[in-house]
Amino acid sequence: MSVFVKLTRSELRLYLREPMLVFWGLIFPSVLVVILGCVPAFREPNPDIGGRRVIDLYVGIAVILTVAMLALQVAPAVLATYRERGVLRRLATTPAPPAALLGAQLVVSMVTAVVSVALVLLVGRLGFDVALPRQPAGFLLGFLLTAGAALAIGLLVAALAPSGKAANAIGSVLFFPAMFFAGLWTPREAFPEVLRRISDVTPLGAGEKAVAAAMSGSWPSWGSLTVLVAYVVVFGFAAARLFRWE
Amino acid sequence: MPVIDVKNLSKRYGGTVAVSDVSFTVEAGEIFGVLGPNGAGKTTTVECVAGLRTPDGGTVSVLGREPGDTALRHSVGVQLQESSLPDKLTVREALELWSAFYERPADWRQLASDLGLTGKLEERFGKLSGGQKQRLSIALALVGNPRIAILDELTTGLDPQARRDTWDLIAGVRDRGVTIVLVTHFMEEAERLCDRLAVIDAGAVVALDTPAGLVARVAAEQRIRFRPSVPVSDELLTGLDGVRGVLRHGPQVEVIGHGNVLQAVTATLAAHDVIAHDLRVEQPGLDDAFVRLTGRAAEEA
Repeated sequence: MSVFVKLTRSELRLYLREPMLVFWGLIFPSVLVVILGCVPAFREPNPDIGGRRVIDLYVGIAVILTVAMLALQVAPAVLATYRERGVLRRLATTPAPPAALLGAQLVVSMVTAVVSVALVLLVGRLGFDVALPRQPAGFLLGFLLTAGAALAIGLLVAALAPSGKAANAIGSVLFFPAMFFAGLWTPREAFPEVLRRISDVTPLGAGEKAVAAAMSGSWPSWGSLTVLVAYVVVFGFAAARLFRWE
Repeated sequence: MPVIDVKNLSKRYGGTVAVSDVSFTVEAGEIFGVLGPNGAGKTTTVECVAGLRTPDGGTVSVLGREPGDTALRHSVGVQLQESSLPDKLTVREALELWSAFYERPADWRQLASDLGLTGKLEERFGKLSGGQKQRLSIALALVGNPRIAILDELTTGLDPQARRDTWDLIAGVRDRGVTIVLVTHFMEEAERLCDRLAVIDAGAVVALDTPAGLVARVAAEQRIRFRPSVPVSDELLTGLDGVRGVLRHGPQVEVIGHGNVLQAVTATLAAHDVIAHDLRVEQPGLDDAFVRLTGRAAEEA
């Protein structure tokens, strides 16, 4: 078995041994869907948001929440802690390429995100009759690009943060505004025009827009896909340039 | 041909000079000690050799290659100070993962047993004691079957018994043909294990010799103390070859001298039918050599 696969398995095992990280990354987004779905009014069509139900929107938002949790909270903290504690340095003395650990960490985030999103969709479908994405390919693309954009930002945080605690703090500071623009507290559909325009160019706002479009059956707009690709490229490049192994 | 060749190495961190001029060679199969007080530049030196830092000046060659050459990672095992593992990784998982990194790994079970870790295989790194972490760290440095092992502060944090066990292990590793670079500030460790030593102070090599050779530099002087069975006059002793002085401490006589002074003193006493009670000879050790060379006591280091 290749070194990369072993490292990835090891990282996945370590992730699963952190109950808090498992809860927030894997369980919480589905829990949120259940909680909101239990509010009767949220299961009624609402003219304020174009006649759709609140729960329909929140399944899409929970998908974005999953990505945000893993990319902005979990991954940067893990990587910055590894650097702070010399794990990366120790690895640098072995034949394992240090970038393999970064890659393993990304794969773990992606695998966790896929499982968590599948869980969110399943809970929405079975529990509250929320239709599965009507444009599956568009949904997959929107989800992957959103995850890529958020992980690129998360990696940049890991690159710049001097310690695991700092990475955690910076990740949280970014998490709340980013999730606000994705409509976690008020769905984007209820945003005033100006706020929605701003939201369209934020990573998770654009991500939510793309995912919501695919959920209701249309292909994500070129605008939101372009914004997401731009985040992946710019932040990914900066993270790759600035990442320090010690 | 030396396996490690360091010439005029220098390294600065910002305005601080960590290493100004370090040169030494390490021969295949020897245990080479790097000794020096804190902040002398020991760790920086070996980190340059391990390819973890890029020197500002001078050249370093390891097995004929640049230290940064990734091909060396298979042949050089490194145990670093202050580098840990994820808290929830178990000893077994760490050893298995690390042996997967290498082309020709050692049997990690044997290593674990040699280092007294067999009973701790399922224990998580975060739950290990300082000494156990250190032993795991040594195991990880050796698990790739390296030709060269660089061990920084090998036995720091180990209790005296574990320290001695580790010395035996390292001597055994050397007997298998592995070249070892040992950074230490324990004189006993250096004296017991090292074939040759570089004493580094303020970023430069101040002495490079065998432990015995280093001691000999300052060992010109011996102090012989005894309590004579009958009074002896100073003149009886001061005239002897090699004697530099005679001191009195109550009934005790102390003779300071060099060379074969001990033999001269005991022979003269015997010839005059004097019995030397409580005879003690004080010879300087590596500790004294270290102090003489660096102007500091080893304990401060």
